[in-house]
Amino acid sequence: MLDPTHIRFVLNGAETELTVDAAELLVDMLRGPCKLKGTKRSCDVEVCGACTVLVDGLPVSSCTTLAIDIDGKKVTTIEGLSQNGKLSKVQQAFLDHAAMQCGFCTSGMVLATTALLEQKPHASEAEIRHFLHGNICRCTGYVKILEAVKSLV
Amino acid sequence: MFLVPFTHHRPASLDEVFETLGRHGDDAAVYAGGTELLLALKARVLRYEHLIDLKQVKELSGIRVEGKELVIGALATHHQIANSDVVKAHVPAYAALSEEVANIRVRAAGTLAGNLAFAEPHSDPPSLLSAMDATLVLVSPGGKRAVPMRAFILSEFTTAREENELIAEIRIPVTAAGEGFAYRKFGHLERPAVGASAGCIMREGKPSYRLWFGAIGDHPLQATEIEDAIAGVPATSLPDVLPRAARDCAAGISTASDLHGSADYKQHLASVLIQRALAAACEAAQNKGGANA
Ligand SMILES: Cc1cc2nc3c(=O)[nH]c(=O)nc-3n(C[C@H](O)[C@H](O)[C@H](O)COP(=O)(O)OP(=O)(O)OC[C@H]3O[C@@H](n4cnc5c(N)ncnc54)[C@H](O)[C@@H]3O)c2cc1C
Ligand code: FES
Ligand code: FES
Repeated sequence: MLDPTHIRFVLNGAETELTVDAAELLVDMLRGPCKLKGTKRSCDVEVCGACTVLVDGLPVSSCTTLAIDIDGKKVTTIEGLSQNGKLSKVQQAFLDHAAMQCGFCTSGMVLATTALLEQKPHASEAEIRHFLHGNICRCTGYVKILEAVKSLV
Repeated sequence: MFLVPFTHHRPASLDEVFETLGRHGDDAAVYAGGTELLLALKARVLRYEHLIDLKQVKELSGIRVEGKELVIGALATHHQIANSDVVKAHVPAYAALSEEVANIRVRAAGTLAGNLAFAEPHSDPPSLLSAMDATLVLVSPGGKRAVPMRAFILSEFTTAREENELIAEIRIPVTAAGEGFAYRKFGHLERPAVGASAGCIMREGKPSYRLWFGAIGDHPLQATEIEDAIAGVPATSLPDVLPRAARDCAAGISTASDLHGSADYKQHLASVLIQRALAAACEAAQNKGGANA
């Protein structure tokens, strides 16, 4: 039985209203009706972080979050970080340090880093490693990623 | 993976939750973060016609101190607990444990109550909550009852909770002066292979110890053999008796070889981790039940 529900939320700064099905997952809503393909699905079990989006500033796995649970909340995807065509500081640091290879983990890494710096602008290396340990880079480019994040603290 | 369609409910009060549960019985499940439940639904391990979101139920929220107890509402996430000044000040070892649960995304959405209700054995909180002698308050249409953490988890995915009961709150005795607790774990998968919790309680210069293993069995295990072997031994003399007692006790734990490691590897971890946890607990007790990790 489908159970369509009307939700209102702020998506990358814009007030948004959508009708979603109760069983719809956030990742499918973002990549489908919202046409935001920067959010990736990989493990599908909350382990890898490719599907990371920020909900009220905290990282969540959109692969295992109901779309209706973001009713009334603020959602930030990778598409929401740049302002007026200018990359965010975190995006620019990843670019400057070549902190990506295939790029599949990158939106999750950048969003998790954005949340970390919001909470701890001067995070130590240990704190960076701890916060990002749930974001997996299958290309194993961790050294460059760590360099990029360390350049920001 | 997609979810099989269901009807969603978002009650604002406990009365409404019980009313909805009463109407749909076995066909309905409650959830908070959904970090366990949605995985099980995606994997088609569980199936429900109705999901009831608890997140708007005010009676279940909040973290506060009442008398000598820290009270953690069922909706508190691991992230909120880890970062709560109240938890850090009053039960520091539990705040430290919360920061080490899972990854930041699961901590941000997942609740302590959801973790305990699900009773997946490879979990961090139960052994430390047992060592701390915490209590769960269960609520049903008939009222409330308290169940000690030590008696709550019966076996894997099975608890003392009746079907019409919810976890309302978790109550942890505030760590007093002269008390120290610590948790140590190890694993190479997402969840711990073995966890070990220790408490050191100094009363008039005499220590008593509480030791619990987690994750290695299908419910938390009290290390009574070690507790007996070291009863009354001052912290400074523990190195004389603890290593052998820990080894002997760990070797007797019945555990199966599985993805987390072979049985003897896990027994070895248990022996090492319980010693480290106790050393940290004693140090914390000496620092006046203060900043222990
Ligand atoms: C990738 C991953 C890694 C993890 N790693 C760890 C780890 O290292 N250590 C660890 O300890 N745990 C770990 N976990 C488990 C994690 O702690 C739990 O997933 C989380 O706490 C569950 O909370 P929730 O609110 O999301 O539960 P939900 O998924 O919302 O609910 C879980 C179950 O509890 C029931 N339930 C929820 N709330 C209540 C309530 N108030 N009363 C009665 N029943 C209720 C639901 O019906 C359901 O059956 C991990 C999980 C994942 C997915
Ligand atoms: S796809 Fe969601 S965490 Fe891996
Ligand atoms: S750059 Fe390929 S997965 Fe990280």
